[in-house]
Amino acid sequence: MRILSWARAEWKHGRRNRELFMLALPAVTFKLIFNYLPLVGLIIAFKKYNFAKGLWGSDWVGWDNFRFFFQSDTALRITRNTILYNGAFIVLGTVIAIAFAIMMNEIGRRWLKIHQTVMFLPYFLSWVVVSYVTMGFLDHKSGFLNQLLTFFGQDPVRWYETSAYWPVIIILVYLWKSVGFSTLIYYAGILGIDSSYYEAARIDGAGKMQMIRHITIPLLTPLVVILFIVAVGNIFRADFGLFYFIPNDVGFLYGATDVIDTYVYRSLRVVGDIGMSTAVGLYQSVVGFALVLTTNYIIKKINSDNALW
Amino acid sequence: MTTRKPKAAPIVINLFFAVLSAAILAPLLLVVAISLSSEESLLHNGYRFIPAQWDTFAYEIVLRNPLQLLQAYQVTIGVTIIGTACALLMTSMAAYAVSRRDYRYRRPTLLFIVFTMLFNGGLVPFYILVTQYLNLKDTLAALIVPYLVSPFYLLIMKGFLEKLPVEIFDSAKIDGASEWRIFLRIVLPLSTPALATVGLFISFAYWNDWWLGLLFIDEQKLVPLQLLLYRIMDTIEFISANMDLVNVNLTMAKFPSLSTRMAMAVLAAGPMMFVFPMFQRYFVAGLTVGSVKS
Repeated sequence: MRILSWARAEWKHGRRNRELFMLALPAVTFKLIFNYLPLVGLIIAFKKYNFAKGLWGSDWVGWDNFRFFFQSDTALRITRNTILYNGAFIVLGTVIAIAFAIMMNEIGRRWLKIHQTVMFLPYFLSWVVVSYVTMGFLDHKSGFLNQLLTFFGQDPVRWYETSAYWPVIIILVYLWKSVGFSTLIYYAGILGIDSSYYEAARIDGAGKMQMIRHITIPLLTPLVVILFIVAVGNIFRADFGLFYFIPNDVGFLYGATDVIDTYVYRSLRVVGDIGMSTAVGLYQSVVGFALVLTTNYIIKKINSDNALW
Repeated sequence: MTTRKPKAAPIVINLFFAVLSAAILAPLLLVVAISLSSEESLLHNGYRFIPAQWDTFAYEIVLRNPLQLLQAYQVTIGVTIIGTACALLMTSMAAYAVSRRDYRYRRPTLLFIVFTMLFNGGLVPFYILVTQYLNLKDTLAALIVPYLVSPFYLLIMKGFLEKLPVEIFDSAKIDGASEWRIFLRIVLPLSTPALATVGLFISFAYWNDWWLGLLFIDEQKLVPLQLLLYRIMDTIEFISANMDLVNVNLTMAKFPSLSTRMAMAVLAAGPMMFVFPMFQRYFVAGLTVGSVKS
């Protein structure tokens, strides 16, 4: 009886909310097809996928794909690369952007506009275009860096074959493309700080550095924390374009530039090991999901106001 | 905030940013300089910021037979316009529904959509869905459909819409207007700034996308701009794609591939470098709202 009356009440609610439901329906259906339906396809991770036999017909292999992956050197390599690069991006990107934003706050509006616009420019380029820029610098024969080295009597370096330089190159390229953008976000955050704090501090005779340390940075913290959680939650997801186009997908460099996303792509499109590719993708999703939940949990413990949910 | 500032510090900081800006701009200028160098000077002197020998021949080559470039522009413009319109409509419809606090399924709907940000099936199931089940390989739709609803833009949109005064909806409902009518006649016109911001994000994503092309497009006619640039990164492929040019009185050896590729990059990426910065303000506004409110 209870169920029946519940159903009747729900039906009534449903009718009242029908129009709003219909408005949301296209987006919900879209997500159902493109994000929930593919979850079924995760069974491929436990199969030896065969195009002829299809999703359901392919043979089960249990945990073989995972076992094979974790026993190879690749697992360590791409996991380490993904986490270390993203970690470096988070730390360097945040620190530099905050420093720039604080400095920007000290100069007049007229010049500021120009600096901001120029620093923002690389953000509008796609990674493909950026790869042309890096090629201009790194090309063996004609690249600018090798011209410079020869000019100073040094031997040219075969950049695209020497993996030792790539951690620095990748991080520099990343910062070049993104720092203007993140600086602007933190600058907007600083502008949002109530100016009466600064006035009060000035009356009390506080210096510039004191104001930065005791007003700007503490009040910027919530924004930093939010962006930090989001970034840590995504630490297992690499920016495919950066790691695929900038090293030009050169095999020599995989040790230093191969990340989970490029590996999954190559397994699917080049090697054609679909089961393995799915397994690695699943590994990425599960660990990534666990990371978001953990970071949010920890932040909540420390200061519940800053947590995402 | 900085009404009474000491004189020296701002000058030093300004100088610092001037140097930094120059350093950030320089790599872009290098590409332009290469595209404007003669092929011979590139072969002899390498890439330089100031060409040893100026030459616009690379541009002449590209523009004399611009079919490939124009086709790619056409694909990218079409995808951007259609994609942005459809995505904006679907996103704002759903965002309006979940922005209404009296909507009974607000939380489940929101959870259903936001969860996809946190967990997904990865590349392979998505790839198989699009190619084997939806049969979108080598279609324009493959470049548009996968990006239609992004939870991130939906949250930004919802943040904007929640600021609309509830009283308008109530009085419209008393007048007997349906939700559809309220959405079309009241919500959309009132939220043009939000639509512009989110629309800008979406069109930027479509314009700069190479990912869907890389996955789903093999046919030359459907190659979008960014994918074209990736493909011609490979010299051999570039020359073969421009084979008919070679007949025009140029031998293979003299074909200006270095400078021409850079000229192609300039012509493909250049125009938007003047358009997008004009909307810089909206990028920041949208993102700060999105990150604070999500």
